[in-house]
Amino acid sequence: MQYLALIYSAPENEPKYGTPEFGAMMAGYNAFTAMLKETGAFVSGDGLKPVTTATSVRVKDGKVETMDGPFAETKEHLGGYYLMEVPDLDTAIKYAAQIPTAGYGTVELRPIMIW
Amino acid sequence: MNAPDPALHGLLDQTLRADRGRIVAALISRVGDFQLAEDALQDASASALVHWGRSGAPSRPEAWLIRVAFRKAIDRLRQTARDARQTAALTVLARDEAEEEAEVMDDRLRLIFTCCHPALEPKSRVALTLRTIAGLSTAEIARAFLDAEPTMGQRLTRAKTKLREAGIPFVIPGPEDWPDRLQSVLAVVYLIFNAGYTAGPAEPRDLCDEAIFLARLIAQLSPPATCDLAEVEGCLALMLLTHARKAARMAEGVTVPLAQQDRSRWDGAAMAEGLALIDAAMARSKPGPYQIKAAIAGCHTAATPDWDQIAALYTSLARFEPTPVVHLNRAVALAETGALQAALTLLDSLAPALAAYQPYHAARAEYLARAGRPGPARAAYDTAITLAASSADAAYLAKRRAALPH
Repeated sequence: MQYLALIYSAPENEPKYGTPEFGAMMAGYNAFTAMLKETGAFVSGDGLKPVTTATSVRVKDGKVETMDGPFAETKEHLGGYYLMEVPDLDTAIKYAAQIPTAGYGTVELRPIMIW
Repeated sequence: MNAPDPALHGLLDQTLRADRGRIVAALISRVGDFQLAEDALQDASASALVHWGRSGAPSRPEAWLIRVAFRKAIDRLRQTARDARQTAALTVLARDEAEEEAEVMDDRLRLIFTCCHPALEPKSRVALTLRTIAGLSTAEIARAFLDAEPTMGQRLTRAKTKLREAGIPFVIPGPEDWPDRLQSVLAVVYLIFNAGYTAGPAEPRDLCDEAIFLARLIAQLSPPATCDLAEVEGCLALMLLTHARKAARMAEGVTVPLAQQDRSRWDGAAMAEGLALIDAAMARSKPGPYQIKAAIAGCHTAATPDWDQIAALYTSLARFEPTPVVHLNRAVALAETGALQAALTLLDSLAPALAAYQPYHAARAEYLARAGRPGPARAAYDTAITLAASSADAAYLAKRRAALPH
C-alpha cells in the first residue's frame, strides 16, 4: 500500500536556521530519506517553502479566486511530505515515527486511494 | 418453505453464542475484512437453517458455518469486485477455497490485537472488541456506554472501514512491539471491566464477566515464547479480585466500602485464583502497573490490610503512572497508616488536578473529619455528592455527611 506522510509543525517549534538543532534536523532528514530509499519504501518526498509563500485557489461561478495564505488557518502548517510504499499501516507508523518533525510536530498518514 | 425447526434454531443460536468470536476471527483472517466477514456469517446463518433442516445438523456446526460463510464471502466479493485489489484478493480466496479443508486455527488473539489497534479511537476499540470477540449486539454495546444504537452502529462501521481502508494489518505484534500493543489491549479489557463495574451486576450482560473472559483468552492464546504474560496475569488477577466482591459491594442500593463488606459474600474461588495469579505474574520479574494494582487489591483482601505495604505499592505505581489519581490513592494509604497530616498536605497539592473528581472530595472529606475539622469536611462531602456518578455512591456519601459531628 502507498501512504502519504503529511508533515505538520508550528513554526515556533521548529529549529531555527543556523542553530545546531537545525543541523541535527537536516541530518536526521537526510538519514531518514536514505533509509527509506534503502528499504525500497521511498516513492517521493519533498520539503515545502514556508507557509508565507502559500496561495489558495478556488473557482466561484467560473471565476478564479486566489487568496494569499494557506487553505486553513491553523497553528501547525504543512511543511513537507513523503510518499511511501509499505505493506501495512504498522510499517507506515514505524517509519513516520522516525521523521524528525514527529518529535515536535505531527505526521498525518493517509493511504493512497486505488481506483 | 417449511418453518425452520426450533431445535435447529436453538443449535444455531447456541453455536453463535459460544463460537461467534472464533468463527468471525477465522473468517476475517481469510477474507481480510471485518464487515465482509460479518455479512458472510449472516448469509451462512440463514442458509444453515435451510440446509440443516434438509440434511440434518452437521457434526461440527461452527466448522460448517466457517466453510459456508467463506463461500458466501467469495460470492459477495464477486458481485462487488470493482478494483484491482479486490480482484486480486478474490483470486487468492478462490485458490484457498479449493484447497483441502485444514483444521480451523483459533485466530482470536490476532483479532483482539487488531480491534485494539492504537490507530483507532479508544472508544471504538472497546466497541469493536465487544462486538467481534465477545459477540455483543450493537444494541447491547450502545446500552453499556449510554449511546444511542444508531450512533454506536455508525461508530462500529467507521472503525471497520478504517481497519480495511487504512491498511491496519491483522497480526499479533512482534516482540519489540508487544509491550506497547499489549498495553492498548489491556486498557480496552479494563475499560470494559470498569463499564461493567459502574453499571452493576444487575445488567443482562455483565461486562465484568466479558472482560475476565477476554483476559483469560489472551493468556491462553499468547505464544509463551514471544509474549510476556506478566501484565496479562496482573490484569486478570486485578479483575478477579475486584469482581469477587461484587455480591458484597452494595446493600439496599448503597455502596458498601471495602472495610465494611460482609466477607462471607466474597467469591472465595475467584479470590484464590486472583492471588495465585499475582504470585505467578511476580515470578516473571517483569513488574508493571496491572500487577501492582492487583497486589494492592490483594492487600485489601486481608482482614486488616497492611497499609504501609499498600502505600509502598502506590509509590511504585506512581513510577509507571504518575497521575493525580494514583497520588490520591497514595494519600489515602498514607492517611490509613496514621500519617494524616502528610496525607492532607498531599491532597491539597492535588486540588487543581482533581477538582471535578468525586473520590478526591470524598477522601478529603473523610480525612478532614478525622482531623477534627467537620466544617470543611461537610463542604467537601457536598462537593462529592454533586459529583457522584451513581445514586448508590451519592447515598453513601450523604450517610457519611449526616454522621459528622455538629
